[in-house]
Amino acid sequence: MKLEKTYTYLLAFSMLCIILMVLGIFTIVAMNGLPYFWLKNVAKVEMTDGKVYYGEIAGVNPKAENGSETKLKVGNRKIYGQDFLRIKDSEIKSVSYPKEIIMLERDEWGNAYGIISDIGGKEFDNIHSSVMEDKKEIMSLEKGRLLSINEEISKLNHRITKKSETGLEEKLEKLKTESAVIETDLNSKREQALIKTFSLVLADGQTDELKYYDIVKKYQPNDVSLAGKVWISVKRFFEFIFADPRESNTEGGIFPAIFGTVILVILMSIFVFPLGVIAAVFLSEYAKEGFLVKLIRNTIYNLAGVPSIVYGVFGLGFFVYAMGGSIDRIFFSDYLPSPTFGTGGIIWGALTLAVLTLPVVIVASLEGLKSVPHMYREGSYSLGSTKWEVIKDVVIPNAMPGMLTGLILAISRAAGEVAPLMMTGVVKSAVALPFDSSFPFIHLDRKFMHLGFHIYDVGFQSPNIEAARGVVFNTTLILLIIVFALNLTAILIRNRIRNKLSRSGV
Amino acid sequence: MSKDRFSANNEIASPVIEVSNFDFYYGSVKSLNSVNMKIKPKTTTAFIGPSGCGKSTLLRNFNRMNDLIEGTKTEGDILLHGESIYRKDLNVTELRSKVGMVFQKSNPFPMTIFENIAYAPLKKGIKKRSSDLTDLVEESLRGAALWDEVKDKLHKSALGLSGGQQQRLCIARVLAMKPEIILMDEPCSALDPISTMKIENLIAEIEKDYTIVIVTHNMQQAARVSSYTAFMYVGELIEYNSTTDLFSNPVMKQTEDYITGRFG
Repeated sequence: MKLEKTYTYLLAFSMLCIILMVLGIFTIVAMNGLPYFWLKNVAKVEMTDGKVYYGEIAGVNPKAENGSETKLKVGNRKIYGQDFLRIKDSEIKSVSYPKEIIMLERDEWGNAYGIISDIGGKEFDNIHSSVMEDKKEIMSLEKGRLLSINEEISKLNHRITKKSETGLEEKLEKLKTESAVIETDLNSKREQALIKTFSLVLADGQTDELKYYDIVKKYQPNDVSLAGKVWISVKRFFEFIFADPRESNTEGGIFPAIFGTVILVILMSIFVFPLGVIAAVFLSEYAKEGFLVKLIRNTIYNLAGVPSIVYGVFGLGFFVYAMGGSIDRIFFSDYLPSPTFGTGGIIWGALTLAVLTLPVVIVASLEGLKSVPHMYREGSYSLGSTKWEVIKDVVIPNAMPGMLTGLILAISRAAGEVAPLMMTGVVKSAVALPFDSSFPFIHLDRKFMHLGFHIYDVGFQSPNIEAARGVVFNTTLILLIIVFALNLTAILIRNRIRNKLSRSGV
Repeated sequence: MSKDRFSANNEIASPVIEVSNFDFYYGSVKSLNSVNMKIKPKTTTAFIGPSGCGKSTLLRNFNRMNDLIEGTKTEGDILLHGESIYRKDLNVTELRSKVGMVFQKSNPFPMTIFENIAYAPLKKGIKKRSSDLTDLVEESLRGAALWDEVKDKLHKSALGLSGGQQQRLCIARVLAMKPEIILMDEPCSALDPISTMKIENLIAEIEKDYTIVIVTHNMQQAARVSSYTAFMYVGELIEYNSTTDLFSNPVMKQTEDYITGRFG
């Protein structure tokens, strides 16, 4: 009796450890990531030797080699060569937070800190917003009409030179003139936008001539109230989710990576679910139990243990080169040797993940099929159903919760997988999303960005790791949230079906 | 012994089902041994006997449900209207829609009440959302004396019904198929006395339109609902007679022992 109690406590303790581990990961990630959205005050640090710095205090290390040290994010990488500076606390004369210090988020070279003296705040905002509108227009022209014209031109060129078709020259000329017109227009617009500059006075008295065109956001952190800071932080969080990355992913948002991950997982589910269910139905309902079936079943169990990188190599060889290559030879031979489908793309990534997660779905579906009460089958047969009708009407609907459990496990596994994707189409920075407004709207051959790869890339391949730390933690946080959300969706669907099947339902 | 222990077989002139020299094997185990019997149309026939005597096995052969079990084998024949149900060109699904079955444990599908009843008719080509279908559903539920209890919740899950209601729903589901014969495999064994009574009344009600074969453990039930009773023991038909005769005046010693409760 006493021993039994001990075991109960032991189990409860293990359970507690597990829960703490899960919550721990989440908390650590959130605690490291979320503060980066907070708009920190910019300090003016005066040193005993007369030097002055503007910067965000990023941390204090009291146990540094030469006494206590403060890490200061001074920005202006273009001028100082690095974002962070370590200064000895003993050499600091005073720290103050003057209201007029400005922090600028830029397209390039990271943040800038300084004081704008040659132009009023309001005036600056007016010019900046008008330049931003021009910039938007320029971008949309570049990515829209100009891109599609250039694509058409290259197609026409190809037809003329490789296939010696005639009668296309006129069309080509027309397109070329249109492209030229747009380009001149673009150039003039860009020149007009680029011409507008202002000067920023840095901490050490230097002035930096900056273009409005390069400025993403202007903040005056020391002049913002607490409520304002909270509001700005929330806005920055949503900007992180919905904006494109800047500065080789170390700044800006992660929208393309979120989009890529979600689409990849959805595509993977579309591929793996029917395939897994069909395989399981065949194995459990149709195949005659024998040596071969046993062999196949055990092979499937074992496939679940194959390292994912092996699936990546398989995907590269089978999907990308063999399948994609064949598609290119048959349908896109005009464009060879430049590949269309014969290179990494979101469809190949999704298919590779589908193969990777297939065993999970099959095993769960087999269990689900096994758990359908025999009396349902008998009932259906006794009402004059054929075997297929029994399976379709009674067996599969009742096995659906089990099958969806398989899909849930598959989604969890697939959303975090990176290694196989590195060979089948994930990129550091994708030109365009797999879905957009240009015909045929769905571009499954396009390369894509992925949150898991983003973490690896920004965290370990980035030249400016110190500055990218926030992006890494927050990307991890978003990935966790997305996996959670995708799972939750699948779980809700499953529970709906389960309720329908049980007494309480309908 | 002057009386014939199979006097029912002599009485019944035009049987709907005729079992002739029927043997049945589960693997190498012979569980039915040369059974000969005739089932009278539009009457209730009961099979009684101790567990494992083969009464359910025999019943499940009438609509070939035993086909679903692997490694079974039959010898001899079962005739439905004089035609073998084991002939090669027979359409088993057609046979099963002529010979309906109600199981020991009620097994409504996890769908709505309406969908349960409509399941078989829809496969026969009745149009969804047609008035024919709604009429048929109502008729079947009325036939199974369930209509008044469920008419307001036709589109609720059938699993929300009580055990007795579920079993009557299963009967209604069979009625909707418009079968000739209804096989009942211990339909009341999982039900309380009141539900059992309702089902027995129902059997008496539908008997005039359907041939009913019922397997039961409960001798009183057999006496109450059936006109003919067959007593089986270890795979053999021991005695088959009109219910009154079999219970009041059993021919065989084993029958007498069983109905007086000396074994079984």
